[in-house]
Amino acid sequence: MAHMNPTPVLDPSQDQTMVLNMGPQHPSTHGVLRLLLEVDGETIVRIMPDIGFLHTGIEKTCEAKFYQQVVPMTDRIDYLCPMTNNLAYCLAVEKLLGLEIPPRGQWLRVLLNELTRINSHLVWLGTHAMDIGAMTVFLYCFREREDVLRLFEAVSGQRMMTSYFRIGGVSMEPPLGWFDRTKKFLTRFPSNIDEYENLLTNNPIFVNRLKGVAYISAEDAIALCATGPTLRASGVDVDLRRDLPYTGYENFKFNVPVSKVGDVYARYMVRVAELRESQKICMQALEGMPEGPSKADAPKVVLPDREKMKTQMEALIYHFKIVTEGFTVPEGEVYMPIESPRGEMGYYVVSDGTAKPYRVHMRSPSFANLQSLRTMCEGRLIADVVAAIGSIDIVLGDCDR
Amino acid sequence: MALQPAITDLEQLKDRPEVTALLALNAAAVTGAKFDRNELTIWVDRIAVRNACQELRSNPGLQYTSLADLTCVDWYPREPRFEVVYHLFSVPNKRYLRLKVRLSGADANIDSLTPLWPGANFFEREVFDLFGVRFDGHPNLVRIMMPENWEGHPLRKDYPVEGYR
Repeated sequence: MAHMNPTPVLDPSQDQTMVLNMGPQHPSTHGVLRLLLEVDGETIVRIMPDIGFLHTGIEKTCEAKFYQQVVPMTDRIDYLCPMTNNLAYCLAVEKLLGLEIPPRGQWLRVLLNELTRINSHLVWLGTHAMDIGAMTVFLYCFREREDVLRLFEAVSGQRMMTSYFRIGGVSMEPPLGWFDRTKKFLTRFPSNIDEYENLLTNNPIFVNRLKGVAYISAEDAIALCATGPTLRASGVDVDLRRDLPYTGYENFKFNVPVSKVGDVYARYMVRVAELRESQKICMQALEGMPEGPSKADAPKVVLPDREKMKTQMEALIYHFKIVTEGFTVPEGEVYMPIESPRGEMGYYVVSDGTAKPYRVHMRSPSFANLQSLRTMCEGRLIADVVAAIGSIDIVLGDCDR
Repeated sequence: MALQPAITDLEQLKDRPEVTALLALNAAAVTGAKFDRNELTIWVDRIAVRNACQELRSNPGLQYTSLADLTCVDWYPREPRFEVVYHLFSVPNKRYLRLKVRLSGADANIDSLTPLWPGANFFEREVFDLFGVRFDGHPNLVRIMMPENWEGHPLRKDYPVEGYR
């Protein structure tokens, strides 16, 4: 109950308003977000998010692990886009090491990162629509999400906590027939998006609940550190995949959907357009997938293949060394920002030259985006809060870490 | 992509527009600079941090309009032990810049950036909660991650990862 902390901002002297508690068990707060709403009738006077219920001290734990042991921790931060977190961390450590990833490794990363974006946006679309009252879309979205999760399971052995990207490449080659399965899914997927859009985009109930609701201007969004689709729906054209390309995104052609409207409906349109763009990037990755190794040639950092380990003495020694002692990383610090489905996911990794990171900080998009909720909701109705929370697409695991 | 040696000499980095702008603003407040792994870091004095950010944001050639990240590193037992790390992002130029401020453990106070970026609110609360660094002028400096009645600041290096505190 220590979290029950309404004191700092509320003014008890005025009795015009009422304080309403929402969450942390409320179904439409997308996790354990607690909101304190100060309401005047149905109108919101003030809104105070209370977070920290899922805080597990991941940043502290990382300091006690070897560099390669941190990868599984990153999955658990934002559990809807595990691969994006893996990618950001691996890129940060690779930048510290000065390690180059072969083209096939990079293209596999792009392909799986975009599948992760599809996965994450599908969960967002389903739950957001369900908050507004459209139950069917939820079932459709989870049907397609299941297909994506099966692809993840085939490639990494896990549906959600994949840990597929490792420092120096990916953990292993995808199994036989995996690319065909992916292609089959991706060929079908645009018609699925049409299906969702048929149910929502012109649906008068949906549109009336969303249009003009929870407006935020471009200036406010930047000042409040909002990123990702929340920022792009307010007319700021920033996408780190295009502006500061990483892991080979410069080889792909895609549009960055931007809307100038800044309301919930604009954020909905931007994300649905992103689904289509992600599908295009995946198709390009499948068509142009280069041959060759998917891991960097760095025996001191990358675990050897199983076959080599059983036949070559050196490989066995390196394997033993990496697993028992880790590998050292040159001193320095790196901030690696990438575009996660929710916005800018940045990993700040400080190395002191040992085998364990001195400090790992995750700049999580949900944490920063949540701050714009206040600007979006004040002066509006209680029912709009649900639409606003859905539209900034927070994941509380990401928020609290 | 072999690693290039880091440039840590302020003299060599004087021509970078970010360094030039801050030196022109207050040369005594810029205590160091580093260019490593394609990332520019500038150390500034703690009294100058708000002015430095204001300058970086409003300078027409730089336009670091957005605060990307704010965190802290604890170098215990070395003094000054805390390093508050700001990552600024220029939306028009698509560039990042790292600003750092060193703070001693006995007097870990720094000006809040909330007047410039209201979005610094949560980040500063997080640093206060997990490191115990105080931000002067913050509208609501209370714990954000840990429970209200928690003792200690978990991300400090003298706080154990497991076992008893």
